[in-house]
Amino acid sequence: MIDPFGPLLAPFVEFGFMRRALAGCLALSVSAPPVGVFLTLRRMSLMSDAMSHAILPGAAAGFLVAGLSLPAMTLGGLVAGLAVALLAGAVTRATVVREDSNLAAFYLISLAGGVLLVSLRGSQIDLMHFLFGSVLALDDAALILLGGISTLTLVVLAAIYRPLVMECVDPLFLRTVSRSGGPVHLAFLALVVVNLVGGFQALGTLLAVGLMLLPAVAARFWARDLGGLIPVSMLIAAVASVTGLSLSYHLDLPSGPAIVLAAGALYIVSMLAGPRGGLLRRLVRPRHLEA
Amino acid sequence: MSDRPAMQDAVRLVGLTLGYDRHPAIHHLSGTVRAGDLLALVGPNGAGKSTLLKGMAGEIRCLEGHIDRSGALAYLPQADEIDRSFPLSVMDLAGMGLWRKAGSWRSLGRRRPEIGAALDAVGLGGFEARPISTLSGGQFRRALFARLILQDCPVMLLDEPFTGIDNRTVDDLLALIRTWHGQGRTVVAALHDLTQVREHFPTTLLLAREAVAWGPTARVLTPENLARARNLSEAWDEDAPVCVGPRTADAHGHDHGSHGPDAHDHHHEDAA
Repeated sequence: MIDPFGPLLAPFVEFGFMRRALAGCLALSVSAPPVGVFLTLRRMSLMSDAMSHAILPGAAAGFLVAGLSLPAMTLGGLVAGLAVALLAGAVTRATVVREDSNLAAFYLISLAGGVLLVSLRGSQIDLMHFLFGSVLALDDAALILLGGISTLTLVVLAAIYRPLVMECVDPLFLRTVSRSGGPVHLAFLALVVVNLVGGFQALGTLLAVGLMLLPAVAARFWARDLGGLIPVSMLIAAVASVTGLSLSYHLDLPSGPAIVLAAGALYIVSMLAGPRGGLLRRLVRPRHLEA
Repeated sequence: MSDRPAMQDAVRLVGLTLGYDRHPAIHHLSGTVRAGDLLALVGPNGAGKSTLLKGMAGEIRCLEGHIDRSGALAYLPQADEIDRSFPLSVMDLAGMGLWRKAGSWRSLGRRRPEIGAALDAVGLGGFEARPISTLSGGQFRRALFARLILQDCPVMLLDEPFTGIDNRTVDDLLALIRTWHGQGRTVVAALHDLTQVREHFPTTLLLAREAVAWGPTARVLTPENLARARNLSEAWDEDAPVCVGPRTADAHGHDHGSHGPDAHDHHHEDAA
């Protein structure tokens, strides 16, 4: 009997480092996509891209101080990302300039600083590590970090879910009934940063955004409300993680890009075949209803 | 109602100036909205109706003066300020009105009958599961009124609640407003249809950056007052001098229209 899942799962059965990579990516798959769902619904998709650049100088500073050390680079990335998010949020509330413009300004400053820092000390190889991550070399500390981030994200999302939804739909209303709008918004930005820092361990700065946004966008072709979007996006991210890692093993591809390309392929399939506004659905037009 | 304010004033405006970038959209407005008032805000575009409502709701900061509120206010913004593409059901939208009771945590499950009753009251029974993106303009407005019902506030601020809505919906919603009035709630609504105002709103504030007239509707909506309000200059004068204080009877450097001297005795007349 031929097992179609055999080749797909074989690398994980055979090799411990592949199982570690899978565990890390699955942890990220349940936390990053829900954050991405809210980002896309707020039309802030590209904000995560900006944030992923913003955490670079912090990670670089950590690297300068302690070399390739996970705690130092994570802490640096968190500090830089949160600083950019909070500064942009604060400046937006205090001035007339919109949040996307402020984020762009701060992340550009941050990114340029990061590139400068890396080039001052590091070699080309170090830079590649920053950009593309090292999912096949996740040690215990990295796995615990990813699991912790995943847990934290789900708990915080559950805690702020209702005001967060209200802030997306009708921020004015939330402001008239409660003061929680500001803190909720900042908590959400912090979740974006934390997940990007986690993704940066596994996939690198440039690709961390991929696992956050691609499943979220793809889910919109399958589900109609938040109750559907969030689980569907998690599922898509998990499938992308398994197939991406497996492909990277069999075809000897870099794992980070392979995972994100797998998520990209799922997005394209969703866009074509998804029941909610997919392209193929538009070709077949069922008869309309009477009322 | 249990949370009725002890005092008779629902909202008091004291020398209130509201505006954007130092340019006043509401200029030195003083007066009182009595508890239980059914007040129409009337005036041309740019007269400051929305600005005043936003100020009352605490949305924008006063440039000068202050607003005294005696209790919780519910505020219905203009239609275009809400993201209707968000995947949310009618039930969830209306349920937001229960925030004060349910907060961020408590389940809305047990309050479903309450939400259902509010939706029935606005004629949206059976629409609970519909996504808000599929509602028509009138249906969406009804859903927002259901949210107002659930907010259950002593003061309701409505910014152009009937713009772009068909007659039947307007009649239904007006009936609802009359019910609120009958329950002793205070309702302030920015409106454009003068016939509607004369028919349903006992008091009116005619606004043109300043109060042109404020009192019983019949005495406010006179041809002379309306003509004066129309003369409001909507222009944004970049070179306007700094305002040095509340207007007095004698001429002032930055007059916005051609008010007669009688334009100043517009202080609140007793509406009761």
